[in-house]
Amino acid sequence: MTNILLFAVLPYAALAIFLVGSIYRYKNRGFSVSSISSQFLEGKKLFWGSQPFHWGLFILFFGHLIAFLFPSAVLAWNGQPVRLLILEIAAFAFGLSALLGLVLLILRRLTNRRVQIVTSKMDIVVYAILLTQIVSGLLVAYHSRWGSSWFSAFLTPYLRSVFVFDPQIDAIASVTSLSLKVHVISAFALIGIIPFTRFVHFLVYPVDYLWRSYQQVIWNWSRKHIRTSRSHSEGHKSKNN
Amino acid sequence: MDVRSQVSMVFHLDKCIGCHTCSIACKNIWTDRKGAEYMWWNNVETKPGTGYPTKWENQDIYKGGWEKNGDTVSLKGAGKFKGLKNIFHNPHMPVLDDYYEPWTYKYQDLFTAPEGDDQPTARPVSLVTGEHMDVQSGPNWDDDMSGSIDYARQDVNLEKLSAAEREAMFQLERMTLHYLPRICNHCLNPACVGSCPSGALYKRGEDGIVLINQERCRAWRMCVTACPYKKSYYNWNTGKSEKCILCYPRLESGQAPACFHSCVGRIRYLGVLLYDADKIAAAAAAPDDRLVDAQMDIYLDPFDPEVIKQARLNGVADSTITAAQNSPVYKFVKVWKLALPLHPEFRTLPNLFYVPALLPTMATVSDGVYNSTSKSLWNGVESNRLPMKYLASLFSAGDTGKVTEVMKRLMAVRLHRRGVTVGDLNAAEISQALKEVQMEPDTADAIFRLTALATFDERFVIPPAHREESIEMLENTGDVKGNTGFGFKEKPVRGL
Ligand code: SF4
Ligand code: SF4
Repeated sequence: MTNILLFAVLPYAALAIFLVGSIYRYKNRGFSVSSISSQFLEGKKLFWGSQPFHWGLFILFFGHLIAFLFPSAVLAWNGQPVRLLILEIAAFAFGLSALLGLVLLILRRLTNRRVQIVTSKMDIVVYAILLTQIVSGLLVAYHSRWGSSWFSAFLTPYLRSVFVFDPQIDAIASVTSLSLKVHVISAFALIGIIPFTRFVHFLVYPVDYLWRSYQQVIWNWSRKHIRTSRSHSEGHKSKNN
Repeated sequence: MDVRSQVSMVFHLDKCIGCHTCSIACKNIWTDRKGAEYMWWNNVETKPGTGYPTKWENQDIYKGGWEKNGDTVSLKGAGKFKGLKNIFHNPHMPVLDDYYEPWTYKYQDLFTAPEGDDQPTARPVSLVTGEHMDVQSGPNWDDDMSGSIDYARQDVNLEKLSAAEREAMFQLERMTLHYLPRICNHCLNPACVGSCPSGALYKRGEDGIVLINQERCRAWRMCVTACPYKKSYYNWNTGKSEKCILCYPRLESGQAPACFHSCVGRIRYLGVLLYDADKIAAAAAAPDDRLVDAQMDIYLDPFDPEVIKQARLNGVADSTITAAQNSPVYKFVKVWKLALPLHPEFRTLPNLFYVPALLPTMATVSDGVYNSTSKSLWNGVESNRLPMKYLASLFSAGDTGKVTEVMKRLMAVRLHRRGVTVGDLNAAEISQALKEVQMEPDTADAIFRLTALATFDERFVIPPAHREESIEMLENTGDVKGNTGFGFKEKPVRGL
């Protein structure tokens, strides 16, 4: 029963909350969608925390995504032991970097008076869940080695089954490694709280900056348009607001 | 030719008395909020000085503005690659202490202190942490050159001067200062807009005002770095950047921006400039010695029939063209050539122009005696108290010829008017001064008039905003015909 709750109900609840909540917040509470950076209040320590943390997570996120989407490619890469070793060590290193960064960020928040002022309750939840997530991930990587191989054989089917609305929880439920279970559960919890926390900022990571032109001019109304009587009052809302 | 209109500004520095009324007017309306206390969308600096935030002009520190890159320009400390790379930590961003920590006083202590031998005091408390603090600096800490060793001598613009020239500036007899009020320049090539990864910043097509969409700002903080004038500020409370909005709600209803309206010295002018948007890219990438000229070339003659035709084709309203023809900014900048942009080498093509201060640069001392005959004043322009190199570093990307020319024109007006009102000068000398800068006495009178006697409506020529047309574009007015007052929230249809 607990297993059903944790591995079948929680994922769907989390995904539903994530989808509905994020869209609602983006559309209706746009002002609140921000990374609410605190660099302005403290910039030096932030560097040592934020950089290793974000880049570590960034790489790990895509690592997990690739393992999930293209398991056969990962397995093929891992065919040679040397390559498997390289992948595992690299992944572990990024995990450590994320952990180190997170610890430094937490210390910064605990010790800097100005940053304390802008710390909300949800920030504490965010830190707790990230710490759980990263530590459990590192433990899994350490105790149940070669995860990049067994992930594809074992977790990918489970995640797939969740996404095709036919959850197969037997395999995951029978796992004995506590850290692995915690890692999976806290991952879904993390997804579920995205709309209620500053996590939303990763949804609005500005990739479109890469292809937009540098300068942006926005006309409140098109005078050219208004001057031709045929087009009069067709209603052209400005795109920006 | 892509003719657009730009609401632009002139500040006449000779008239600024450094009273900070403008700053207070702005603060009371816009930045008297949590997280914005430290922001001064309008601030007044003393030059020489380090300004606000400290040493903002030094782009080795802050990496603001654009740099020339062959035929084009690229952002110095931001841009697509650098921006996304530095998004987790922006290495060149100014932090709170580069501005100052805002504070208030515990006034209540004055009333609640127990009886004792000492006077009760209201101690300063930080507006960020709420705790007692020792005030270390403020927005005008170097006002009137106070602490000039720490401030005036650290002025970035002194770099162009030799050690001897610098020393001469700080001898007591030669010491001089002028004020530099600053707001956002609502640039033609705004670095803040170019640097914003989420596209929250934009320039308004109709009047060229540069704004930040608060709904789209995600606190990536790139605009704070990229604006070389440090006129985009980060609100640490809301997690959104904010900047001067040129009081657009006031402008749209025909009123001058608050800092303009309240200016005690009446140093501020506001009006429309028509410009050719096709020329922006080339002007921004002009070689250093051509920067000012290239920018001046962008602005068009609002009386030229061809310009008027193209402007109409581009949808510029006739009322805006009329405003451009009456624009005091057009006169100061293009016709009389008396106003220059601040730090054109930042390549943002700023639309706020400054008439440099003549007054404190005038008298020189030799053997302890002030030389103040008109002749020596005239000769003094090049060898005056505030070196031309210094002014050139501020207003013409180092081209002393440009500022000297402006100074001579200002001096010619002054000599001419002295001839008219006091009449103690040699007429030949006056006409020689006018001739040298190719100025007619009538022009000198007109300059004098707009400088000294201009009325409110002459200083601020605000184009009508045509909000009625704006509304028509957003909705079909026919749809709301028959509605009353503010309209209906739901369509007035018969219920079930
Ligand atoms: S002065 Fe700065 S904030 Fe204002 S438009 Fe120019 S670059 Fe942007
Ligand atoms: S109100 Fe006018 S005179 Fe006073 S400081 Fe501001 S710009 Fe200068």
